[in-house]
Amino acid sequence: MPTDPRLAGPALHLADSLWQDAAIKFGNTAGAVLGFLGVLLAVFFAAGRATGRFSRPLAVVLMLGPAALLLVVGLVVPLLRTVYLSFYDADAAKFVGGRNYGWAATSSQIHGVLLNTLLWLVVAPIAATGLGLLLALLVDRMRGQAVYKSLIFMPMAVSLVAASLIFKLLYESRGPGQNQVGLLSQLAVAVGWDDPPNWILSQPLNNFLLMSAMVWVQTGFAMVVLSAAIKAIPDEITEAARLDGASGVRLFLHVTVPMIRTTLVVVLTTIMIITLKAFDIVRTMTGGNFGTQVLANEMYSQSFEQYNTGRGSALAVILFLAVAPLVVYNIALLRKERATR
Amino acid sequence: MTTPVTTGRRRLLAVPAVLALALTAACSNSSSDGGSGGGGGSAAALTGDCAKYQAYAGHSGTKVSMYASILSPESDSLEKSWAEFTSCTGIKIVYEGSNDFESQLPVRVAGGNAPDLAIIPQPGLLAQMVKSGKVVKPPQQTVENEGKWSPVWKEYGSVNGTFYAAPMSANMKSLVWYSPKAFKAAGYEVPKTWADLVALSDKIARAGGETKPWCGGIGSGTATGWPATDWLEEVVLGSYGGDVYDQWVSHKVKFSDEKITTAMQTVAGWMQNPAWVNGGIGDVKTIATTTFQDAGAPILSNKCAMLQQASFYRAQWPKGTSIGPDGDVFAFQLPAVNPQVHSPVEGGGEFLAAFSDRPEVQAVQNYLSSSEWASSRVKVSPGWVSANQGVDKSLYTDPIDKLSAEALTDPSATFRFDASDLMPAAVGAGAEWKALTAWFAEGQSIQKTASDIDAAWPQ
Repeated sequence: MPTDPRLAGPALHLADSLWQDAAIKFGNTAGAVLGFLGVLLAVFFAAGRATGRFSRPLAVVLMLGPAALLLVVGLVVPLLRTVYLSFYDADAAKFVGGRNYGWAATSSQIHGVLLNTLLWLVVAPIAATGLGLLLALLVDRMRGQAVYKSLIFMPMAVSLVAASLIFKLLYESRGPGQNQVGLLSQLAVAVGWDDPPNWILSQPLNNFLLMSAMVWVQTGFAMVVLSAAIKAIPDEITEAARLDGASGVRLFLHVTVPMIRTTLVVVLTTIMIITLKAFDIVRTMTGGNFGTQVLANEMYSQSFEQYNTGRGSALAVILFLAVAPLVVYNIALLRKERATR
Repeated sequence: MTTPVTTGRRRLLAVPAVLALALTAACSNSSSDGGSGGGGGSAAALTGDCAKYQAYAGHSGTKVSMYASILSPESDSLEKSWAEFTSCTGIKIVYEGSNDFESQLPVRVAGGNAPDLAIIPQPGLLAQMVKSGKVVKPPQQTVENEGKWSPVWKEYGSVNGTFYAAPMSANMKSLVWYSPKAFKAAGYEVPKTWADLVALSDKIARAGGETKPWCGGIGSGTATGWPATDWLEEVVLGSYGGDVYDQWVSHKVKFSDEKITTAMQTVAGWMQNPAWVNGGIGDVKTIATTTFQDAGAPILSNKCAMLQQASFYRAQWPKGTSIGPDGDVFAFQLPAVNPQVHSPVEGGGEFLAAFSDRPEVQAVQNYLSSSEWASSRVKVSPGWVSANQGVDKSLYTDPIDKLSAEALTDPSATFRFDASDLMPAAVGAGAEWKALTAWFAEGQSIQKTASDIDAAWPQ
């Protein structure tokens, strides 16, 4: 391999272990991929030669097998193990029955966490979907809509951590007599509110301030999907409604919304699932302090910061049970939609 | 109908085959590259400059993996400090730093992928690792080398009375940062006792003007609250001495004990005093939302006079800030609340734990516990202190390092390790951070704060 001359000398020496580490990691990855491909190659080759009575069942097993295996290893086994761990103590050493769940049900700290999670679950998805719908309707009638749409969609490309950092700076606060450095505080001062509160500490407002970051990121997604759905409404239907005298709000409420109902629900549930799992925002902006903790972040904190796998797993199971119905409903709706189209 | 299916399948086969070929080529290239980098260097004749490494000889061509939370550029200094050892003995230390170290180490150990050596900054995490049964006891030479540290360090490297990990470095937390220039201009003296400190704070507060005596910040992402645990620990140690502190760490003295709640009142009178804090930032509550990194900045604009922060805060000052007894900023040792307690020093440190007893691993352990290595590390770059008595203090070029080293190696000082690092993680990395943050941010009562922390103590 050609070596970059700039890397020679002491720099190379210092970074030596780093290179080597990278080489080992790359080697391992390449080895794993190669091994996987090799096995696939052999299996497909064997399957290609199979004929007669066994060929169909064999093909089914071979096609479904790898996916099923990966699902079992990556999803089912961890799920079962998490449930198992949730009945054990902090070190996974002693069976404690339902004590971890009892703790989750009785601890006032977890009550606050569950309440916040519920608040997130209700407010953030509705706000993002509502705003997305509004924007979809408005932007649809504007010239150069592609530009606006891309601009509104752009936050979707920003990671939640980066979005949180941006919003954290917006909410930065300084006491009276100091120069404000946060945009929100400065705006408040500009309109004559001399001593704006320390936003991130103001309960329960701070929960909504955190949700704004999520709404900012997800609105673009909602807008694009809903805009596509609105465009897909057949012109005849809208025309017929217009001929019947419907317009404005009535047209929107009685024609547009029912026509895009399934898409609306899918968007809403998708954002709900993202919201339930979102711990990055809380982690980055408050670290779960000031009454803003949510389930996903508490689960991480219990498992990996306080090394209590029992409690962490119990919270994970609770989170799973909360997300599961949404996922099932979402899939069912998608199927229905596909069937009607 | 059968023919199209078979051709389809054939075509499907071709794709992985081509991919595999391409990957084989890429892989063989990379492995030969890695090999040429790691090979060579089998000079085992230890003469001349290398003679001093004779005790570690005989393992040429071996590799020792090390995992820690130290990242570049600090890790570069670390690697430089043992470069000579590596070139003389032929033992290669493959260092890997990660900022997820604390959560990843237990995962790697549990997964059977433990590193040979790990630099662990929290005795609590060390105990966690020992519980896994994978930590190997250090060789005899390491145990002897450790004798050059004050005896209390051996306890911190031990779990249930068995010594496992030798300390590598030490840092001092009981420091107060201030501006010597501003003090000189205003005619203030560096306080020698707690009473002096209180009197000086009052004086600065009463002088009015832009300057408040103290500034502080406990924000630190998910670790928000840790600087507040330091304030409480320093007051507990400085009020009651080492014995009560030790009992507090082992929960024989609870947070709701009158001694600790009294200490919390002292902290409240100091860092929650509206007339004293939070210079240049805002009111008391802003302490909770200001990151610890930003907390000291108002000292440079003369809006605040003092900041209680550890020696490692030196890295937070902007480039070009002169640090020294006559500079823009410097530090003095936080005086004891109770004058009966002699020179209380709260500090931290890092411990080297081994997960393997291969001879080359033990050789590295022996070398890194020696005062020769500590001296070598001190020479590489400032910002690093050892409490090893065998290190010549004239080697320290940085005034903060020198100040810390003197306090840390003073045999008559009351040194204690950071309590929150010693307490169970559920408290020291959970409930205590959260409760003290609520105490500052929400004005939660001392009683509730203390009982919340006690309730989280594992049964």
